[in-house]
Amino acid sequence: MVYENPEGIKIGLEIHVQLNKLKTKMFCGCSSDYHNAAPNAQTCPICLGLPGTLPVLNKKAVEAAIKVGLALEGEIAEETQFHRKNYFYPDLPKGFQVTQYDFPIVSKGKVVIEGEDGEHVIGITRAHMEEDPGKLVHLGSIEKSKGVLINYNRSGMSLIEIVTEPDIRTPKEARRFLDKLRNILEYLDIFDGNLEGAMRVDANVSVYWGTRVEIKNISSHKGVERALLYEIMRQKNVIRHGGKIIQETRHYDEGRGVTISLRTKEEAEDYRYFREPDLMPMRVVGWIPSVRETLPELPDAKHARFIEEYCITDMHARALTSKIMLADFYESICAKGVDPKIAATWTADVLLGELNYRDLAISSYDGKKIFFLNTKGMKIENSFKVSDMVELVPLFAEGKISDRSAVEVIRSILDSKGEKSPFRIIEEKGLSKAEDDLVSKVVAETIAENTGAVQDYLGGAEKSLNFLVGQVMKKTKGTADAKTAREFLLKGLKG
Amino acid sequence: MAKWMSVAQVKEQIEESSAEEVISGYLEVIKKSKINGYITVSEKAIEQAKKIDDEGQDGLLAGVPIAIKDNISVKGLPNSCGSRILEGYIPPFNAHVVEKLLVAGAVILGKTNMDEFAMGSSTETSYFGPTANPWDLERVPGGSSGGSAAVIAAGEAPLALGSDTGGSVRCPAAFCGVVGLKPTYGVVSRYGVVAYANSLEQVGPLANNVADIAILMDVIAGYDRRDSTSIDRKMAYQKALVNDVKGLKIGIPKEFFGEGIHPDVEKAVWNSIHKYEGLGATWEEVSMPNIKYALASYYIIAMSEASSNLARFDGTRYGFRNNGENWNAMVSKTRAEGFGTEVKRRILLGTYALSAGYHDKYYLKALKVRTLVKQDFDRALAKIDLLMAPTMPNPAFKIGEKIEDPLTLYLSDVNTCPINLAGVPSISISCGFTDGLPIGLQIIGRPFEELTVLRAAYTFEQITDYHTKRPLEVA
Ligand SMILES: [Zn+2]
Repeated sequence: MVYENPEGIKIGLEIHVQLNKLKTKMFCGCSSDYHNAAPNAQTCPICLGLPGTLPVLNKKAVEAAIKVGLALEGEIAEETQFHRKNYFYPDLPKGFQVTQYDFPIVSKGKVVIEGEDGEHVIGITRAHMEEDPGKLVHLGSIEKSKGVLINYNRSGMSLIEIVTEPDIRTPKEARRFLDKLRNILEYLDIFDGNLEGAMRVDANVSVYWGTRVEIKNISSHKGVERALLYEIMRQKNVIRHGGKIIQETRHYDEGRGVTISLRTKEEAEDYRYFREPDLMPMRVVGWIPSVRETLPELPDAKHARFIEEYCITDMHARALTSKIMLADFYESICAKGVDPKIAATWTADVLLGELNYRDLAISSYDGKKIFFLNTKGMKIENSFKVSDMVELVPLFAEGKISDRSAVEVIRSILDSKGEKSPFRIIEEKGLSKAEDDLVSKVVAETIAENTGAVQDYLGGAEKSLNFLVGQVMKKTKGTADAKTAREFLLKGLKG
Repeated sequence: MAKWMSVAQVKEQIEESSAEEVISGYLEVIKKSKINGYITVSEKAIEQAKKIDDEGQDGLLAGVPIAIKDNISVKGLPNSCGSRILEGYIPPFNAHVVEKLLVAGAVILGKTNMDEFAMGSSTETSYFGPTANPWDLERVPGGSSGGSAAVIAAGEAPLALGSDTGGSVRCPAAFCGVVGLKPTYGVVSRYGVVAYANSLEQVGPLANNVADIAILMDVIAGYDRRDSTSIDRKMAYQKALVNDVKGLKIGIPKEFFGEGIHPDVEKAVWNSIHKYEGLGATWEEVSMPNIKYALASYYIIAMSEASSNLARFDGTRYGFRNNGENWNAMVSKTRAEGFGTEVKRRILLGTYALSAGYHDKYYLKALKVRTLVKQDFDRALAKIDLLMAPTMPNPAFKIGEKIEDPLTLYLSDVNTCPINLAGVPSISISCGFTDGLPIGLQIIGRPFEELTVLRAAYTFEQITDYHTKRPLEVA
């Protein structure tokens, strides 16, 4: 089946990725770990743009950009070249942003996503390096702000701007692309997507192959999907009512879920790009082989290897490789010699399901435990150990605890904030699987105590059997295996 | 104490008395100044001198005073760039060259007057008023490093630093009868020097004689990792102080003797060339056909870069601010009142030259011309060792004479700005007088061949006495 794209939707994305895992900023020695610093504490004459200061390019930022280029299967430029993008804004201390213009470090890459009709290739036009401006803090809402504070801690952070071809056909594909991109970048260990402002997206969208509209600065993947859904609807409405789409830039109001016009093309700024005379071109072509050597196994390769090596399903492999921390966590469990298929089920289905239910995301993995963030991006005091799975999986594999009990154990570990071990929970809650003779004893009791249901069943009401199974489970507090209970009941009822 | 001293004489004086006494002597002279050469006189100079006396510092410039152009950052001293817009701004760091000076034991006397943001050839565009030429107080000292050249000519400092974007060290050196060097681009770090046009400018030394220029170069030149355009190349400049030009091939580019050149200037320069011939050098005329486009190319590039460099002065973080009803209004009002007319003119022209629709026509074309000019220098300097020409086509003009006519003023850079486009080294030395005003000889060398330039200049000093002449007006 080929996706026809009946509404002629074309979506292109520009993603600003902050290289927040580099130790220092792009052109100065200031720490890039500014999220918990006091306002303007992590600044120096260079990132404040004091007169007379000059930029010195952070080689690690260039290496990271090359890494991204290689991971996106792009072409790497032989040397770096920077331009100045000139505009006035209070967060921009030099009155220009150092960026790359007609000579980006990366061009012509691609990312393959699960599209509307199977594998779909999204072309990467280019990826270039640039510096982040500072941050404005509005006192009150943007429209009715009483004043603005400026925090330059972010000023001069290394960014990579990744620009896609307009190959995306639905808002869902846009979100999948962003999830995939974030995943790749996290694999490269240059970026922590959980940090505020780590990934900011501008989206270009048009309907019926028409004029494109740009939506600026959307901060979440969910937000991108919603903004695009809204904008596509808006554009279709305009056309339905005989209107014309004008080329413009819009802002996405996350609270109201709508896009608002910022400026039209006529009002577009002229950035007066010209070569940054303070940065000489740096030849990097020689670096490429050594950077390539540092390239880790990427999500697609890991996905294929997991299927091959651990004999797990495509679905499980996809879920487990969707985050590098989770993939590493899973492999640590397997390395302890437990059944990888069962470990995959309990990690990908149960643990991930439970985290999803609790609105928790995996924030980090330290080789022993995974840690979590809540929806607000705050680290929470909870964790899940590799050893928890290593204890749990064999107990289940050897039939010592039931399906239901295993789920209970995982929930209890999370309830205990990662404090309690599976053994302790099983013991405290008496979750060891009931022995067969106990089950047959309980089955006999159940048949004797529920003559009505037994009669109904023998009279042809098949449903009554489920009721009886339920009674057995209740009496054994869930430690019986439901399948065994059903078998024993059938035997008993026949007799 | 003698008023005009060489570095060697200053050091002798310090031996005999103390650094403190020498510095107080200079501060006394500065107090009686008639030229408005300094914007700021350092209150710490005496303290610094005492410390050097106490610690027995033995650096190359131990206790030697120096004046610094007011666009080169000195930690703790205002750095006005001759502008109102930097009112109250005190840099929290030292420029690379200042660090080097302090390590060598130099004592910073103060910060010198300049054309606002180095935009000018007369030091008249300074917010702090014009500096007078010590040879004729009604005349300009040249610019933009007019303060630095004038204080040396007036005996208010033995050494000074300037910056040269299109002639800003050599022009005032010529007008004030002192020595000024513009080094090869990349030889001296620009870290801490407020940018006017980054791709063109270099910090340059000014002094009474060539030997002192070499000493100062030994201190300030060298690689600095904070300046990406800095070049890692070690040179011992004092080794150039050799009295010998035998066999040197000198090129005379006729394009530098164009229309409007003062006959006495032309005569003085030719006299100098014949002196070199007498010492065993040879000369030939060379042609540099693209020089006639250099001035236009230079101004477009410099103004374009300036329009971007000066964008940071918006009143938000430091310096002068004029409040408005919102941020945009504040920025407009701040820049309208903080910048002078010439700076605003250049920002506007530079903005225009970089704008969509004009970028290719002006900025890109200027870059292409720059390449052609560079090729002219490469070609000329391939067969000869040095080029010689007048630094300025005319001697110092009167204060107020040209300030209302920017184009005429721009034209005075015609012989100096091609050197910045090419990035080559060039020195201006005194080679004569006309009506009591000094005339400058410009000696231009191959990239990184400052040693040859200095040797030729040094040799000239050995057979002439122009560099020993002092202005009577300030004596
Ligand atoms: Zn910094």
